[in-house]
Amino acid sequence: MKELTLFSMLKLVIRRDMILAMRRRADVLTTLIFFVMVVSLFPLGVGPEMEMLRKIAPGVLWVAALLASMLSLGRLFSADHQDGTLEQMMLTPQPLAVIVLGKIVAHWMVSGLPLVLIAPVLGIQFDMQAETLGILILGLLLGTPVLSMIGGIGAALTLGLRGGGVLLSLLVLPLCIPILIFGTAAVDAVATGLSPVSHLSLLGALLVLALTFAPWVAAQALRISME
Amino acid sequence: MAINWFKYSAPSTFYALAGKLIPWFAVSAAMLFAVGLYIGFFVAPVDYQQGEFYRIIFIHVPASILSMFLYLVMAAYAALGLIFNTRLSAMMATAIAPTGALFAFISLWTGALWGKPMWGAWWVWDARLTSELILLFLYLGYMALHSSIDDPRRADRASALLAIVGSVNVPIIYFSVKWWNTLHQGSTIKFSGTSMHVAMQQAMFITLAACWLYAIAVVLARVRSIILEREHQTKWVAELSEVRT
Repeated sequence: MKELTLFSMLKLVIRRDMILAMRRRADVLTTLIFFVMVVSLFPLGVGPEMEMLRKIAPGVLWVAALLASMLSLGRLFSADHQDGTLEQMMLTPQPLAVIVLGKIVAHWMVSGLPLVLIAPVLGIQFDMQAETLGILILGLLLGTPVLSMIGGIGAALTLGLRGGGVLLSLLVLPLCIPILIFGTAAVDAVATGLSPVSHLSLLGALLVLALTFAPWVAAQALRISME
Repeated sequence: MAINWFKYSAPSTFYALAGKLIPWFAVSAAMLFAVGLYIGFFVAPVDYQQGEFYRIIFIHVPASILSMFLYLVMAAYAALGLIFNTRLSAMMATAIAPTGALFAFISLWTGALWGKPMWGAWWVWDARLTSELILLFLYLGYMALHSSIDDPRRADRASALLAIVGSVNVPIIYFSVKWWNTLHQGSTIKFSGTSMHVAMQQAMFITLAACWLYAIAVVLARVRSIILEREHQTKWVAELSEVRT
């Protein structure tokens, strides 16, 4: 058999997880519908004044994205854990961190990316201007992968536990607070005529940091959970 | 003479050592609390800006310092347990968490009591309050993860990893929240001298030491219970006089 390089392994895992996700489209859609519903509930809760809605829009979209990403995290490893695939993956000669990275990337593509793509429509509902909307999308594009990475650690730690879903949110949400802060601060900066570059750079820095360490930590967590 | 540093890393020897140390820490904590609170309430002068209200700092500041410090100690023990696979370190980390959470809660509570007369609000979304709240969440997450895993060894290792990830994240959270908003008054005690009255300083440092000793005493008492619980099937536990009676 041909020896797999790390990169081809990564591609293989992403492709496999994407195909599996496409076979179960309902799961992907539920997360998206949840996101749209949570965002739509806010105007009903706080009232229809456009002035206020425009102001709270970035925060609402970010918090909803955070909650929606928590919702889908439980599925990251559980299916592979139940049918034993995960154990086989741990036995491969390639480092487990690469496989975990592949799974996290695939998870982001089916649960994070759709949120980013639908966010402009919801932003228009909240009467956001094109400029602020653009920064919001850029922030979400940089921030949602970090949410998936941090979430991956939590999902690996809570694998196979009772009450895993609620526990997962309890563990992961506090760690995601910086993403939320920088994401919304970038939009606020543009809205008040300042440059959003610093906030977006910090989000990018967090993305690089998470990309470097999170797959490795999640792999360690999987080893602890599986032994 | 070579000292065996690892003698007390075994739960059986540490159990006896902790039992001997607890009364010392507990009594000195109680004495220092009494002295510190006496100085704080009767000797320290009234603050010219904040009146009598400032006196809550004699609890608030030590509780805040210890809540943050204990998280680091907990993460350090967790890391030791994960790296060297020592049982006692993991038990220590587990024993520290509730005390740390308690101090975080006391710090938030006393902060709210101070905030009402000073800022006119029980709670403001200021950087330090918010990061203290997040610290409390981190403690709660740690304890929730530990208690939801039945196998103690897996629980130790999983929550150790969480504590380490959390401690890496704490500075990021702290600075993000700090840039987000700041209203809390800056530190009064700086390395380049301080603007505090001497009696106030004394009272604060004494109560800080008292809280510290209290934390050590409580953690040791808790780790003794954890040792008994985890080692209940061993011979040395069965031979303990307090277990046999």
